[in-house]
Amino acid sequence: MILAKVVGTVVATRKDDRLVGSKLLLAQPIDPRGKVQGNHLVAIDTVDAGFGETVLIVSGSSARMAAGLKDVPVDAAIVGIVDSVNVED
Amino acid sequence: MQLGRVIGTVVATQKVSSLQGLKLLVLEPVAADGSSAGSAIVGVDSVGAGAGDHVFFVRGREASLPFFPTEVPTDASVVGIVDHWNTEPMSRRNKR
Repeated sequence: MILAKVVGTVVATRKDDRLVGSKLLLAQPIDPRGKVQGNHLVAIDTVDAGFGETVLIVSGSSARMAAGLKDVPVDAAIVGIVDSVNVED
Repeated sequence: MQLGRVIGTVVATQKVSSLQGLKLLVLEPVAADGSSAGSAIVGVDSVGAGAGDHVFFVRGREASLPFFPTEVPTDASVVGIVDHWNTEPMSRRNKR
């Protein structure tokens, strides 16, 4: 899983039927120390995350194991809202 | 599977119910010489690893298998704590 910061929402009227009703968020991956890394991701939100929050994103086929995403065409799902990250130096 | 080191933990109160009660670890992949080999990721613990431990972890869909039959949404899981590893051929070590 990777850490990411929610930087926006994505609205799409025309989409796969199985995606109807799911919330799409735009997230910027960060490393555990908070540094930005890589490109933005569109992820399905399963935990009611919001703008500016640090979240846990699961990617690949494991994303479909999150609640309610069985058989949904998704490769990134937000599965947790991060309270804190403790990294030793 | 990949060799890594646990460099920290992640706390998340609000999360998918199947992740409830599981420990989230910050994992830094390491090379055979112990140096850092890539950017850190977050993985789920299945063996009781903690900060500072060298571990090996599995990535991808298989990462949820340690928790079978529960379907845990994870793409990285710690599946072993490494006691030691060595990269020297047996023959060379015996000569010492």
